[in-house]
Amino acid sequence: MDRFLFLTVDGLARGAVFAAFALALVLIWRGTRIVNFAQGAMAAATTYLGYSVTAASDSYWLGLVAAVFGGLVLGAIVERGLMRFVDVRSPLNAVIVALGLVLVIHSILGIVYGSRYRAMQVPFSRESIEIGGTALLSPYDLFVFGTVLLVMVGLALVFTRTDIGLRMRAAAFAPDMSRLLGVNVGRMLTLSWALAAAVGALAAMLVVPTEFGAHPHSTDLVFVYAFTAAVVGGLDSPAGAVVGGLVVGLVLSYVSGYADGDLSAVAILVLLIGVLLLRPNGLFASTTARQV
Amino acid sequence: MAYLRTHTLPRHLLLAVLAALLLLLLTYLLPPYRNYQLATAGAYVCATAGLTVLVGLTGQLSLGHGALMATGAYAYALVSDKLVDGGTTGIPLLVVSLVAAILATMVVGFVLGLAGARLHGPYLAGLTLTLVIVVPAITTTFAGTLGGDQGLSVTVDPPPVGLGAAFPFERWQAWITLTAAILTVFVLANVVHGRPGRQMRAIRDDEVAARLSGIDVARTKVGAFVLSAATAGLGGGLLAVLTQSVAPGAFSLTFSLFLLMAVVIGGLGSLAGAVWGAILIVVLPDLADSLAEAMPVSSNLAERLDGNLAIGVFGLIVIGVMLAVPGGIQGLLVALVRRLRGRRPAASGPADVGPAGPAAPGPGVDADRPDASGPSGPEPAADPARPRTPSSGSPSTTTE
Amino acid sequence: MPDALLSVRGLTAGYGAAPVLQEVDLEVAPGSIAAVVGANGAGKTTLLRALCGVVGATAGEVRMDGTDLRGVRTQDMVRHGIAHVPEGRGVITELTVEENLRLGHSWRRDKADGRKATAEVFELFEPLARRRKSAGHQLSGGERQMLAVGRALVARPRLLLLDEPSLGLAPKVTAQIMALLRRLRDDTGLTVLLVEQNVRSALSIADTGVVLSLGRVVAATDAATLAADEDLRHTYLGF
Ligand SMILES: Nc1ncnc2c1ncn2[C@@H]1O[C@H](COP(=O)(O)OP(=O)(O)OP(=O)(O)O)[C@@H](O)[C@H]1O
Ligand SMILES: [Mg+2]
Repeated sequence: MDRFLFLTVDGLARGAVFAAFALALVLIWRGTRIVNFAQGAMAAATTYLGYSVTAASDSYWLGLVAAVFGGLVLGAIVERGLMRFVDVRSPLNAVIVALGLVLVIHSILGIVYGSRYRAMQVPFSRESIEIGGTALLSPYDLFVFGTVLLVMVGLALVFTRTDIGLRMRAAAFAPDMSRLLGVNVGRMLTLSWALAAAVGALAAMLVVPTEFGAHPHSTDLVFVYAFTAAVVGGLDSPAGAVVGGLVVGLVLSYVSGYADGDLSAVAILVLLIGVLLLRPNGLFASTTARQV
Repeated sequence: MAYLRTHTLPRHLLLAVLAALLLLLLTYLLPPYRNYQLATAGAYVCATAGLTVLVGLTGQLSLGHGALMATGAYAYALVSDKLVDGGTTGIPLLVVSLVAAILATMVVGFVLGLAGARLHGPYLAGLTLTLVIVVPAITTTFAGTLGGDQGLSVTVDPPPVGLGAAFPFERWQAWITLTAAILTVFVLANVVHGRPGRQMRAIRDDEVAARLSGIDVARTKVGAFVLSAATAGLGGGLLAVLTQSVAPGAFSLTFSLFLLMAVVIGGLGSLAGAVWGAILIVVLPDLADSLAEAMPVSSNLAERLDGNLAIGVFGLIVIGVMLAVPGGIQGLLVALVRRLRGRRPAASGPADVGPAGPAAPGPGVDADRPDASGPSGPEPAADPARPRTPSSGSPSTTTE
Repeated sequence: MPDALLSVRGLTAGYGAAPVLQEVDLEVAPGSIAAVVGANGAGKTTLLRALCGVVGATAGEVRMDGTDLRGVRTQDMVRHGIAHVPEGRGVITELTVEENLRLGHSWRRDKADGRKATAEVFELFEPLARRRKSAGHQLSGGERQMLAVGRALVARPRLLLLDEPSLGLAPKVTAQIMALLRRLRDDTGLTVLLVEQNVRSALSIADTGVVLSLGRVVAATDAATLAADEDLRHTYLGF
């Protein structure tokens, strides 16, 4: 029972990160009907940026801020400079271009940083605190939870309470009508990409240091887990992405806790296939979801 | 000539024989190392040809062909190991193991195809991507059989004694893979120009219309996936023959992306393009590495450029192709040939690629559109609208 | 009419190579209602789209209160005082009634007046007020039409472009909307360019009328004259 509790909490902590990353995927999908397959690579790049800034300044926090800000800029650049010019009449085109971008980013990172893993620091201890004799959360887990929660609440507020959030949603749902209502749809798209990339960058900064460290491929698995999370929740639903992320985190945690760590990736593949075959629109797809 | 123009099977046969003769000659001209590269390209052609048919003709995007090749390679290793234990040698060992590789991959392809038949663009892409990323985890999970990170070693017999004792092993390898490549392209060419090909294109262009015209969409899609998987499995088995080993590292995400990028650059949907793409996968890293060596940089940087430069160049080229030349290399070549011929109506051309239509993916094999009058119906949209500016922009279409 | 609010000269526009609209001339005086009528496919919707820059014009000029609108992007038309209720209403179904209305004035600096305008719309359209929090897809056709018009009004436009507001509505609701337009014209000096299939009711409230046929203006005069012209009705309007 103790072990179950521990694995659950651990899974939720991991899942929170995937939830954030999945949320970033959903943001772009809703706005453009594009799954940003380059999001993992983009986050790998911003993670290196965070690594470098931390190394130079000896401050974790400066590195974190730099990574998130870098994500904002990178997202805007990718939308403005690349994705905007993709012919979206075939959904394959955007995927292929994004994959081309993945190669370019991997190549640049490999050339600049080499393929050695760079260990990264975390700001809080990763030793679990014992509560009532059970090892549960570590301070770092708490930090991750808090940060992700902050981001989610922040995004939710922006999208529901502010005019700019309203315009972003409108531009995503009905670009032509939004234009007639004075919305600069192009700018909203850029903003969506920037926001999404920043959220992705933050998520990567939270998870990469807990694994082997910065590496061109450090986010490949993160992307796959987040994609699975987004699909589990339904690509159209931000709330679904969060739940999906937590589900994925739990599955990973239980499988590696009760079975074998190597199996966890395979379990995710099974989960993804299962959801895609049984509920292709995600477990939480509402009946009103727009079919495009 | 007129006979060949109208009869595709004899035409393809003739082309295959010509290609075989040419390549045979080439294997005698090239030094061993180049023969080995040629052999590698041959193995890649099997995979890229199948992939370009899948993506270009049915519009199903697979990022997982690296994983399918891995399946073929592992199946080859496991089966040939058993066969060697049982005393099988020489050509039977090779052929039976390759067939096993194909069959095993077809099973995986069937499962993926079932998923693919129900899923659209990004979903299928994500699923197949996951498969690729999970390959190393699978090999470690079943380390007992698959050998974990180390992988398996593969016994490949020397060339038949009849070829002489001094016959170079690399030339023998080239013969093996090129034979397989020519067979693969020959089979695919006939599929593509026949009824199945027409049905695939019909589905790609408009699934609903295809269904209405009586095409079994699900079966065609699954069939295309299985066919494509078969060729990928063959390619994987051949890679096992070439490297005489199988390890997960050889089937990385980057490799899978290379395969897809290769067919995009070659020209989606075009078999000739798949050949260009396969050559590119072999040649480009070589070129990039020579370039990196030629650069006056520190040895440290040179080491990091090694490999990475090629990846970046590949990525840049593919982005450029997607934005500017959706027909890829083959599309450019066909356009060039047309221009050289002085704009005569190109009714003849054995070229199997059409002009780079704007509705990428894959104007590909449509050049001599045998299906123009077929049951399949809709022509791809002809007006090149500006990107993301729906020209038909009714402000009300996305609302209400 | 040198002091027209909207003046269109030689406007040629369309979707592909062949233009739909050919050299359309049109003037709408401030504080008046102009009805555009014509058969299906005559180019009425295209005309409104061209005015807003949704459809590109290949020739001609459009002036709003003297300002040349050439080169003004669609998204800036509201800032020039033009609000467009498109064919099919264009309610954003994923957003709530309130959000649709908020979007209608979110480009404005004057937030207080935006809220005031919203309150006025709720007063004008009782049913909407009761469904503030409902998503657009939960509304009935009539409610959607009210929302679409209301959303245009909160922008405090000087010129309202309306594309077939009566489409799919009961005659009674149509009559209400027509009455509302007339009231808005009289009370606030709103100028309206009204596209209608429902020729009778459109001409009954309009000051002037324009008949489009195959993309050309074939008649433009005051509404009463048009309504009385049997020949014209037979030839171009089919009744
Ligand atoms: N998005 C489009 N792309 C190409 N042609 C179009 C498009 N929309 C309309 N057309 C064509 O332009 C012409 C005018 O269409 P328009 O929608 O302006 O007619 P309308 O007068 O509004 O008709 P209705 O009364 O049926 O709404 C028609 O011939 C139509 O086929
Ligand atoms: Mg119309």
